[in-house]
Amino acid sequence: MPRFSIFSVARNALSHHENWPRLWRSPEPRPAYDAIIVGGGGHGLATAYYLARNHGVTNVAVLEKGWIGGGNTGRNTTIVRSNYLWDASAHIYEHAMKLWEGLAEDLNYNVMLSQRGVMNLAHNLGDVRESRRRVFANRLNGVDAEWLTPEQCKAECPILNTSPGLRYPVMGATFQRRGGVARHDAVAWGYARAADARGVDIIQNCEVTGILRDGDRVTGVETTRGVIRAPKVGIVTAGNTSVLGQMAGLRLPIESHPLQALVSEPIKPVHPIVVMSNAVHVYVSQSDKGELVIGAGVDGFVGYGQRGGFSIIEGQMGALKELFPIFSRLKLMRSWGGIVDTCPDASPLITKTPVQGLYINGGWGTGGFKSTPGSGWCFAHTIAQDEPHPLNAPFSLERFVTGDLVDEHGAAGVAH
Amino acid sequence: MLLIDCPHCGPRDVTEFHYGGEAHIARPEDPDAVTDAQWADYLFMKKNTRGLFAERWVHSQGCRRWFNAIRDTVSYRILAIYPMGTPMPDLDTLRQEADR
Ligand SMILES: Cc1cc2nc3c(=O)[nH]c(=O)nc-3n(C[C@H](O)[C@H](O)[C@H](O)COP(=O)(O)OP(=O)(O)OC[C@H]3O[C@@H](n4cnc5c(N)ncnc54)[C@H](O)[C@@H]3O)c2cc1C
Ligand SMILES: [Zn+2]
Repeated sequence: MPRFSIFSVARNALSHHENWPRLWRSPEPRPAYDAIIVGGGGHGLATAYYLARNHGVTNVAVLEKGWIGGGNTGRNTTIVRSNYLWDASAHIYEHAMKLWEGLAEDLNYNVMLSQRGVMNLAHNLGDVRESRRRVFANRLNGVDAEWLTPEQCKAECPILNTSPGLRYPVMGATFQRRGGVARHDAVAWGYARAADARGVDIIQNCEVTGILRDGDRVTGVETTRGVIRAPKVGIVTAGNTSVLGQMAGLRLPIESHPLQALVSEPIKPVHPIVVMSNAVHVYVSQSDKGELVIGAGVDGFVGYGQRGGFSIIEGQMGALKELFPIFSRLKLMRSWGGIVDTCPDASPLITKTPVQGLYINGGWGTGGFKSTPGSGWCFAHTIAQDEPHPLNAPFSLERFVTGDLVDEHGAAGVAH
Repeated sequence: MLLIDCPHCGPRDVTEFHYGGEAHIARPEDPDAVTDAQWADYLFMKKNTRGLFAERWVHSQGCRRWFNAIRDTVSYRILAIYPMGTPMPDLDTLRQEADR
């Protein structure tokens, strides 16, 4: 694999950038592997990469029914942060944050991490108390967190409307300066390229249609490109986690919902950070191209159609306009939807299952992009060692039986 | 956006309704008699069907009454609406009618 560097860019400029090699091979599936990853989103590709990098397991296939990164990875609003309330969440999200900070170098691929700061607004006394509690909890866990007054919010983001006359006034905010955004496609492509270089087969247009079992052991998968055998299978299919679970006869604590996002026409840089609000429910950042990237909420009903209702967008726009009057005449260019898999406690599953050799990584709901590196790291460990990493042990399927839930509705309350 | 045919008020916009999730989940008759795993199954585990799905809706901004619906969770099309407490319509028949 040729390394990317200033020299390779200069060298390829001489041939008008027409001779860059492909980033990854496109092999035919082999009859058997040591491990199969179902789902070529960021989490699946990161899992394959860390299986090879950290555990020396390279005889691995990633099976993707469409194209890699075409699911939620390529549809999300790319907010990255780690300021979750409980120890279990703070530890795994902060592990991901640290990996983000070195990811471009590790993968030799620019994931365009921009640590411009993430602000979570508080609009009422309940918000203020809950947010401040989270700031203190974050600090105890070594996660950077600040509490900002409305004046300080205004100083960080001058276009934010902090006037006390708002229907839901800004009463302060939590601020994580190390938070920000990253380039979603680049994350999928960078992991794919690095995994491929270590021998992983990335197989697109290959839908898994059945899970093969011998008693309570997994033996492989049926796909639209034939049967592929493996003693270990990891399911990382986000919105379709329940569908794959059903193929293996498992009932899961997951509901799938449509979640939408939108971008505006491009404008000059006006919005320096990421602003999110649970209470009025909107989140917005500005991309390098100048477009505002705006996230909406989920539709309440179960849905797999990758599109949501217009009423949801209408609600978002009302909130956006109130917080940022400057945006009131902007035109929106595109909207789209993804399917997010939500757990009752707003925390993920990275877990072994009652079927030997079958593992599930899902339930990340509206907020799993930020955890992509940490999730892959832990899931690779779980698959390679047949035992969870200490960081993902709390995110087991058993927690729904023991009652040891990880309630992150506060930190994950806004869909992002 | 869904147009939902409330059995009492007629077709109304989805914004008038609230969603009640999966239908036909029976609370265990004797909660003290079930194991933790059975209780977890009742409380947390979901069918989350991709395809025809039986679910509950309430017309919260209208007559405030509950009812069940069969909806295709991919096309979002509603194929049947029926009273709570009555059995689920036969899905194969609904599928055939919808294909026609
Ligand atoms: C609109 C929107 C905004 C969001 N904003 C944010 C945000 O700002 N910050 C954040 O942290 N998170 C955000 N999220 C959540 C985040 O996108 C997801 O949690 C994360 O990307 C999940 O990654 P993944 O790799 O698990 O899933 P995906 O990228 O969805 O990958 C799963 C893959 O599995 C494939 N697949 C499914 N079924 C099969 C099958 N049978 N066989 C083979 N392959 C199959 C799919 O095609 C898909 O490519 C957002 C999500 C949406 C929809
Ligand atoms: Zn009604």
